[in-house]
Amino acid sequence: MDRTQFLLALSVALFCLGLLGVIVRRNALVMLMCMELMVNGVVLSLVAFAARGGGAAGAALVFLVFVVAAAEIAIAIPIVLLLVRQRRTLDIGAYADLRG
Amino acid sequence: MTETLWLYAFSAAAVAGALVMLIARHPMRVAVALIGTMLSLAGIYAVLGVHVIAVFQVLIYVGAVMVFMVFVIMMLDTRDTSFVARYSHLLLPGLLVAALLAAALGAVLAHRIGVAPRWGAGGDFRLQPFSVAFLRDYWLQFELTSVLLVIAVVAAIAVIKGRGGRDG
Repeated sequence: MDRTQFLLALSVALFCLGLLGVIVRRNALVMLMCMELMVNGVVLSLVAFAARGGGAAGAALVFLVFVVAAAEIAIAIPIVLLLVRQRRTLDIGAYADLRG
Repeated sequence: MTETLWLYAFSAAAVAGALVMLIARHPMRVAVALIGTMLSLAGIYAVLGVHVIAVFQVLIYVGAVMVFMVFVIMMLDTRDTSFVARYSHLLLPGLLVAALLAAALGAVLAHRIGVAPRWGAGGDFRLQPFSVAFLRDYWLQFELTSVLLVIAVVAAIAVIKGRGGRDG
């Protein structure tokens, strides 16, 4: 197994563990953190590919992904705060009536 | 050789942190495990020679995003029903989906990827070439990023001050 393959396998493992956390955990904040873990796995694969063939374009793209992830968390946390303010719980099961 | 050992050590630490995230009961422990995973990833990037990205990982993810997350965990009362029962009724389907996805992606990975490796380069990843390229070739994307951040701030304020915020 060469190094790129190892890094991609690690990124697959992180992505799948994050997805598992988003599906099985009940705490909204923990689900958000598991989503961050998924983003980290994807960024790892991006870096692995960029370090192989890309140049500064790969690093610039990774930087932009970081900023977008920061913006995403800046929106997601107020939404969680709003939900908690309404129902006084972080348990995602209490919001089952939001399903379409 | 030492480099490869560090790579394996950081990878093991990253996966261990991700596993602790699935098991830990208190959100603060999950946050600490995630910080450990992110720092291990930064170590991996440093071992690979992409120091710019390692610094970004520590500054932006651990320094900004996770500090924000830790403040929110401290602010909210986390000992509710999701503290008593960690897992939802989707535990078995979730395990199945994750195992299937891992198997599918692993099957793809089993084939070798046909691009000539260029490891240990670091050339374009050193700070100076990156900065020059970033502000000369990608200045438009950089400016659009600042617009995105302003939109995110305005949207966050709008969400908090919206319909549900009057009782708070």
